[in-house]
Amino acid sequence: MTAILWAFDVVLAVTLVALAAGVLATASLFRSIVLFIVFGLTMSIAWARLDAVDLGLVEAAVGAGLTGALLLNTLGHMRSQAEFTPEPSHGPGGRLALALAAGTAGLAIGAAVWAWPDAFAGLGDRVDTHLAESGAQNPVTAVLLNFRAYDTLLEIGVLVVAVVAVWALSPMRGRVLDADPPGLVLAGFVHLLVPVVVLVAGYLLWMGTDAPGGAFQAGAVLAAAGVLLLITGRVAPPQLQAIVERGAVVLGLVAFLAVGVAVMAGGHAFLELPDAWATTLILLLESLLTISIAIVLVILFAGGRTDAAHPPEDAAP
Amino acid sequence: MNDWTAALALFLLLNLVAGLARVWRGPTPADRILAAQLFGTTGVAIMALLADALDITSLRDVALVLAALAAVAMVVFVRRVWTGQPDPEEAADAGR
Amino acid sequence: MPVVDLLALVLMLTGAAFFFAGTVGLLRFPDVYCRLHALTKVDNLGLGFVLAGLALRSGLLTVALKLLLIWLLVLLASTTACHLSARAARHLGVEPWRRA
Repeated sequence: MTAILWAFDVVLAVTLVALAAGVLATASLFRSIVLFIVFGLTMSIAWARLDAVDLGLVEAAVGAGLTGALLLNTLGHMRSQAEFTPEPSHGPGGRLALALAAGTAGLAIGAAVWAWPDAFAGLGDRVDTHLAESGAQNPVTAVLLNFRAYDTLLEIGVLVVAVVAVWALSPMRGRVLDADPPGLVLAGFVHLLVPVVVLVAGYLLWMGTDAPGGAFQAGAVLAAAGVLLLITGRVAPPQLQAIVERGAVVLGLVAFLAVGVAVMAGGHAFLELPDAWATTLILLLESLLTISIAIVLVILFAGGRTDAAHPPEDAAP
Repeated sequence: MNDWTAALALFLLLNLVAGLARVWRGPTPADRILAAQLFGTTGVAIMALLADALDITSLRDVALVLAALAAVAMVVFVRRVWTGQPDPEEAADAGR
Repeated sequence: MPVVDLLALVLMLTGAAFFFAGTVGLLRFPDVYCRLHALTKVDNLGLGFVLAGLALRSGLLTVALKLLLIWLLVLLASTTACHLSARAARHLGVEPWRRA
């Protein structure tokens, strides 16, 4: 058993490095994207081997699913523009400098891990000791939504900032509803799949408190359903001026801050969840975060604002 | 008996590695992304086998997520990338 | 080895054989249409046999049902992906291979 798993791990590690090298080495953007999708899938297997199923789930939903969709969509958008030339942006000197910088950083991280004291067991034991007070059975959820809720608050803040940047920088080029009607097979596929995907997202959200799963996994899966609806012309891209979309984007962040401040009324520190309420608050926050994360990812895919007051020139008449 | 499921997971991983040649060689974009589509199925099988081999039941949920999102990249590919727009990289790519 | 385990093993080995055949087809078949033919066997039969074997091994109805759902989702995805890519290839003028 150990010998088989050892061989499995060696093949996995070598493949990961080879895929990463391939992603960087190829001059074709499309080939690079496909290799990156495979990299995400392989990475998810690596997380499974490292006993980090929560990360494996995220990598499966984001790395193997959504990132590929985002990159392919961007490539299609780039090619539709006349001035697109796939020239490498760095000369040989620039590439060498980048390789040196990345290599140095890699060696520094490797040296840091090598110098890790044997006796240092990490924080796992402390999390296990206090797990009962966290309101969650899954240690990862306990850390993300309770012990280190600050990190998660800032992460959802980063997602909101990303949406603001996308909306500010990229006006959408008239994709009101995807005009090209999907064929019967694709339409039927979306029709059958989307309800199941929504169900899977709900399952991951619900499981998150006592098993791997949670808001980020559920949000990413839900976003995939949104992407399918968007790309087959079933729903229009999210609108900047619609109060519902704006509300959904900030919902998670606002709820997080509101809970963080509200607990202070009971004499707790900012974001210090009271033991008795912790499970309820975690489920509430995770549900709202799921909605925000899903809509943010769909907006990142749709790629910008549609401006009703100034319709883009290439919009359908 | 868990040995068998671990060994099969390794066998499928080796299949995936061998199939990477098709991603690299192409020649059409559809060849490359179809190989990735096959790897998605391989990944589902590997996750389900590892769930058995390592006794981690939640790995079946990873398999479920991979299965649910298996065709998303392909749908975006045919709707947004391979639509008959000129592909400036195709010619440069063919020689490699 | 109990009979159930033996049967599960036979099922999984059958599935693995289809995965192997799919990989060989992916590498050796001459054009994209032929390769599609090889790939869909993997999603249908390869994954189907492997998951059937695993379901039998688990001996739990809940696990078997989850594996069945996974298989149906992959069937749906691969059927659609196969159709979409073949149609796009035909539409963009990729010529089917003919024996020279």
